[in-house]
Amino acid sequence: MRSMQPLIEIQNLTYHYPDGKQALNGINLAVMPGEKISLVGANGAGKSTLLLHLNGVLTGEGGIKVDGLALEKANLGRIRALVGLVFQNPDDQLFSSTVYEDVAYGPTYQGLPHSEVQQRVQAALDAVHMDDYASRNPYHLSGGEKKRIAIATVLSMQPQVLIFDEPTAGLDPRARRELIALLHELPQTMLIATHDLPLVEQLTPRTVILNRGAVAADGPTTRILRDARLLDENGLC
Amino acid sequence: MLLSPAPAPQPMHIPDGFVSVSISIIFWIISILIVAVALRRARRQLGERDVPLMGVLAAAIFAGQMLNFTVLGGTSGHLLGAAIATILLGPWPAILVMTSVVSVQALLFQDGGLLALGANIFNMAIIGVSVSYVVFTGLRRVLNGRAWGLGVSGFLAAWASIFVASLACALQIALSGVSPANVAVPAMASIHALIGIGEGLITAAALAFIYAARRDLLQPAQGSSPGILIGGGIIALALAVLSPLASSHPDGLEWVAEQKGFLSQARSAVYQIIPDYSLPGISNAALSTILAGVIGVVVVFGIAYGIARADRRAAKESSSES
Amino acid sequence: MQERYTHSSSPVHALDARVKVILTLVFLLSLNLTPISAWPAYILYLSLTLSVALLARVGTGFVIKRSALALPFMLAALPLVFTGADARPLALPLLRELGWSVPVSLQGLERFASIALRSWISVQAAILLAGTTRFNDLLTALQQIGLPHLFVAIIGLMWRYLSVIGEEVLRMLRARASRSASAPGRYRAGGSLAWRARVTGGMAGSLFLRSLERSDRVYSAMLSRGYNGQQPVEGLEPISAANRRILLAGVALLAALWLFGLLTGR
Repeated sequence: MRSMQPLIEIQNLTYHYPDGKQALNGINLAVMPGEKISLVGANGAGKSTLLLHLNGVLTGEGGIKVDGLALEKANLGRIRALVGLVFQNPDDQLFSSTVYEDVAYGPTYQGLPHSEVQQRVQAALDAVHMDDYASRNPYHLSGGEKKRIAIATVLSMQPQVLIFDEPTAGLDPRARRELIALLHELPQTMLIATHDLPLVEQLTPRTVILNRGAVAADGPTTRILRDARLLDENGLC
Repeated sequence: MLLSPAPAPQPMHIPDGFVSVSISIIFWIISILIVAVALRRARRQLGERDVPLMGVLAAAIFAGQMLNFTVLGGTSGHLLGAAIATILLGPWPAILVMTSVVSVQALLFQDGGLLALGANIFNMAIIGVSVSYVVFTGLRRVLNGRAWGLGVSGFLAAWASIFVASLACALQIALSGVSPANVAVPAMASIHALIGIGEGLITAAALAFIYAARRDLLQPAQGSSPGILIGGGIIALALAVLSPLASSHPDGLEWVAEQKGFLSQARSAVYQIIPDYSLPGISNAALSTILAGVIGVVVVFGIAYGIARADRRAAKESSSES
Repeated sequence: MQERYTHSSSPVHALDARVKVILTLVFLLSLNLTPISAWPAYILYLSLTLSVALLARVGTGFVIKRSALALPFMLAALPLVFTGADARPLALPLLRELGWSVPVSLQGLERFASIALRSWISVQAAILLAGTTRFNDLLTALQQIGLPHLFVAIIGLMWRYLSVIGEEVLRMLRARASRSASAPGRYRAGGSLAWRARVTGGMAGSLFLRSLERSDRVYSAMLSRGYNGQQPVEGLEPISAANRRILLAGVALLAALWLFGLLTGR
């Protein structure tokens, strides 16, 4: 039987920008396998900064463990295969002339054999319902399509947890709806930083509020989103 | 807030002190003349769009130099961008773009000296651009129609831009008597022959990306610039001939000394204006060094002390006011 | 791109930017026109930069640390130590044991040390200029000294978009790093060199393409604000009397230092 240890365990995470300004102030958070969690907060609360710590792009003080593995330089290679970070702007993540090449980047870098890479790309594109896009040029795709390709580029690494930074930002209503449906379908553990409160309500049973780099609230979405004063205090309405 | 370190100095940005003042001045004059022409031609070619286009592209090239790929363990390859700028914008705007990038790198990040900036602009902005232009337009015409023509032309144009610029850099250093030509030229040439491969690969891949996305941006520009073609060709040829000549000379320094002959004669003429004055103490090297050291230390500490006193007084005044 | 400018209210910061630019250039000229082996003069030039660093409240450590940049180029001048008319084999017992004869030239060594010192001090002067002058003031000063308007406009716009596009590049690098992982088992991560270069090229292509499109948007924005191709000309304020005095004093001091260097050098 699999022990119920947290998939991601953040202990007392603190981070200062190079100019000394404090960005994260003693964050404690545990993500259990299978959970879908929203991370909400006003701009500048530290959401993106926190996400960048979870795969070692930024390094702060305090402890982070991913699937029991301590997040340190020696383990970065393995952790980046476990933690899939999908950035806000797909254009920042797509740099090949075909969808196939972009989705294949992850497994290719890992050194997997060609046949395995092909399988993973196919599976990833299937998961985002874009299986016949492999030879298309990402540059010519719509915003919603690019978002889904960006997700596929991360899925091809078969991560255990998916982390999203503002997944619905900039999408038209239909693309947004389709993306939320996709996120609902995907089986992975998820941590989603977002301003989109309806998404939070639809998708994630647990919500964490971040304010000025610290956790201001952490609990069931239904309770938190009904608490008008809590939302107001933290700049969410 | 941007959280990245400034780009590391690249092996082609010459710091002050490594080219003589006379060489610096010569290349300042040459660069100013050519950039002045570029200013007029660029405006004529681009019209009102010139400022936004060149300004934003200069920012892109500057920032793009941060893009790297691991070559071996700790070393990584970077992009200079002269070839890409030339292919995307045409030679005259590219000269202005690269000049802006190189100048701000020197002014703000000390990536290359300020006196040496004229030479650095000549090497990276002028040679880099004109050699790319010659190689790219020439090859593209020859390989016209072939699918891989764009990539190969781009690769070779980028490689040549780096390689030939490094030859010029080596010759400037050798002419300044800082490094013997038979060491500087082969060293710079071999290092940059390798670095040029990285530039070539990145440039070719960037062109492939742009071609796949916006083919229209890579159409051959209407009307080539014969001036640049001829100028670039001559420069490249001259450097290609001079460099092996310089490095194969049995005693590199002697060759340099011959070149310096006319330069140092000019300098000694200036010195002769100052009478052969021997102040007591100054002619004694050790004594004057010690004297200068003492004066220097006294001045620096004096200023530090003065500032500390002023700070204490200011603190006392503000605390007595509160 | 972190600005090298560190804000402070020192007298150096308050100096007219044009004066600072001219003094820096005169400093560089007189220092680099000082002959080799003029150690006393070099020491005085160094105390000058350190003094200015103190006056500017930027600290001597700041200046010394940043001026280590020129170090790699020192390698280029290293051969001077071994070539030169008076090169003699170095008579160290260890080398004799090994049968190596390393010719060392005293003249070459002096030349090398002089070049290294002058370069190091030159970099410090440039650091002080950049550290005490806001970029926009620097640009305006250069324009008033004679830099063509078109050029000033290009550099100004480049500066304006440098942080925006720089952050774009940073995000791209982070996105790539996030997908660069290792796999359990005997797989070698990293891909081939050519593949890595191709990926980087794709990033560059994407960057330049998006920048070209951004420049179109910038052009439209400028047009809608009445841009007609003419560059606004900065009003030419004359240099104040106080600044002029400092300029003259500085030039005189540097000229004296240069003469001193001529007398104490080779």
